[in-house]
Amino acid sequence: MDSKKYLDDISEIKNMMSKSSRFMSLSGLSGILAGVYALIGAYLAHNIIHNIKAEPSKLKRFLMTFGALDSLLIIALSVMVLALVTGTVLTYFKAKKSGEKMWDVSSKRLLLNFALPLVVGGLFCLVLIQYEYIKIVAPATLIFYGLACVNASKYTLGGVRYLGITIIAIGLISTQFIGYGLYFWALGFGVCHIIYGSLMYFKHDRS
Amino acid sequence: MSIINNINKAFDHRIRLGIMSILMVNDYADFNMLKELLGATDGNIASHTKSLEKVEYIKVEKQFIGKKPNTRYSATKLGKQEFKKHIDALEKLIGKQ
Repeated sequence: MDSKKYLDDISEIKNMMSKSSRFMSLSGLSGILAGVYALIGAYLAHNIIHNIKAEPSKLKRFLMTFGALDSLLIIALSVMVLALVTGTVLTYFKAKKSGEKMWDVSSKRLLLNFALPLVVGGLFCLVLIQYEYIKIVAPATLIFYGLACVNASKYTLGGVRYLGITIIAIGLISTQFIGYGLYFWALGFGVCHIIYGSLMYFKHDRS
Repeated sequence: MSIINNINKAFDHRIRLGIMSILMVNDYADFNMLKELLGATDGNIASHTKSLEKVEYIKVEKQFIGKKPNTRYSATKLGKQEFKKHIDALEKLIGKQ
């Protein structure tokens, strides 16, 4: 009859170890939605670029490029903000349901370790733009985002590590296909997030 | 029975087991973190950390963060070794039946 008690002890040990060191309430559904937003954003951006390319007059094409930069930036920012808001809200509800706090030591640590490579990458991309190495901005965003995921994975669900590695690989491959950055973005931020989100949803969320 | 010998009485309580589990995977934890994670009262945490400190399985550091006193706990080398032995023994016991 003692073995029941020992079994309880072991599960308590496992539970405490994971609860105290990893933030377990990341929502898989928010991953799926982030991917969907990215795909919609990529589609809109693709249309804008396509319109410019189709324009026969060189002068008009030049002027359109100027206007397009603003709308591309707005699309990118909206995708990011939407994904962040959705992620925060869904994670909040999931944490509440499982009795975990959304803002505790483990989530702070997760966020810090995710943000560090991401902020460095963001600044680095700004430098790339400064020196007009625009071509490798898209691969660089993918690579740094992937590194951020790998770095954060130690403090949350295991799947994040594989998401990160996949996105790093996509980023590296895309360096060899300059000019197709948007497609690699759609693949990395869109498709990968949807696949990852669904796997996490079926593994952790459904209960 | 050598396996039974490795079951450590010092860990034979839910709260102490929890404290050690947390300190095994984190460099340190403060009083409030232990309290929140284990859902125990102040007095409970205090007495169990004291008993773990007495056998030198955990280290206690008191410091100030601003004006607030803050108590930080970390597992000692001895504590980690003993806890590993304890887990191994538990697993062996369960595996036997």
